[in-house]
Amino acid sequence: MADKIIDTIHQLLSTIPDPEIPVISIVELGIVRDVQLSDDGAVTVLITPTYSGCPAMMAIEQEIKSTLHEHGFENTTVKLVYSPVWTTDWIPDEAKEKLRKYGIAPPAHSTSDKSVLSLHPRSVACPRCGSLKTTMISPFGSTACKSLYKCDTCLEPFDYFKCH
Amino acid sequence: MTNQEAIFEYCLRIGDTSLILGQRLAEWCGHGPILEEDIALTNISLDLIGQTRGFYDYACQVENKGRTEDDLAFLRNDRDYRNLLMAEQPNGDFGQTIFRQFLISSYYTLFFTALSKSNDETLAALAQKSLKEVNYHLRHSTEWMLRLGNGTEESARRMRTAVEELWMFTEDFFDMNDVDRILLQAGIGIDNSALRADWLHFAQDKMKEAGLLIPEKSFAIRGSREGKHTEHLGHILAEMQSLHRAHPGATW
Repeated sequence: MADKIIDTIHQLLSTIPDPEIPVISIVELGIVRDVQLSDDGAVTVLITPTYSGCPAMMAIEQEIKSTLHEHGFENTTVKLVYSPVWTTDWIPDEAKEKLRKYGIAPPAHSTSDKSVLSLHPRSVACPRCGSLKTTMISPFGSTACKSLYKCDTCLEPFDYFKCH
Repeated sequence: MTNQEAIFEYCLRIGDTSLILGQRLAEWCGHGPILEEDIALTNISLDLIGQTRGFYDYACQVENKGRTEDDLAFLRNDRDYRNLLMAEQPNGDFGQTIFRQFLISSYYTLFFTALSKSNDETLAALAQKSLKEVNYHLRHSTEWMLRLGNGTEESARRMRTAVEELWMFTEDFFDMNDVDRILLQAGIGIDNSALRADWLHFAQDKMKEAGLLIPEKSFAIRGSREGKHTEHLGHILAEMQSLHRAHPGATW
């Protein structure tokens, strides 16, 4: 019974879009780490920040509480955990494809690939035309998790979701 | 001093440093030399203020007196602040901001690498989280230091000035007091003075690549562990705390 309720909660959480990148859910992004249910029906959702200063965390917490409340879970606590440290390696391939279709180049490597230690990772493909001839404009972008690129083939600028 | 009291002090040092440096970098908002760097400096600021919240939150837990992150940030005076003196130094020009960032980020890369192995789980997790971000800040400031140091005569001159202005605050990184000794003994804190040789080696190498030399004669200004600050901290706090002090308990 408890397992079934936890499954339901997971399902509900996976309908919550990331506030900054609404094409993927907070579950796909790896922000939701665990769901716990106590005997009295209280729900605890453990979430981890992408970046320490990510301003979306507060919105995400509110969204979790209100979504669960709408579905009858009235006693929900959202707890922030820091370990294990969030990594883009947790984003599944289907979610990366959603990012690409949305116009954000997904993380090009696993973080175990040491080339990501450079500010200029190699071969970031343009999310629009697929060209590998791209240039970084700025290592920092519109949000903490992205950097700015331009495509040298189709000339469009685009966001790149940094390996982290 | 108990372990808990020492952890509280330790968290303040780290959190105060990232808060004050974050506040300094935020002063660049709307004033960056180019749009991309305006975004870069404020992104770094955001990471740092985020890190502060993690360390303050833990400080409040171990202190267990009901204080909150906001109380620590907005209701303490300069002598209660434990941030590194480097963090409070004025932005100067872009070169000076970059050099200050290079010095602090390179130190913190080593510091957080060591603290990641702390046997205090919360400190270890916060250190691992911060380390990833600080690494990125270090790469950014190193690239700019190389570019400016090897750039035009004017940019190189400004970088040399930055070295003269800031080098004297580097010894303050490595001081140790009772807090360090108690936590080192307990396997919670790190041997801070042991980082000095590696740090100096790294900084000297990169500065050399940028055509910059460590000043032969430089006196050291220290004292952040005891809450002794340069005149600049009071001014930052006056600005940062004014709203909260005028409207106690104000929230968004």
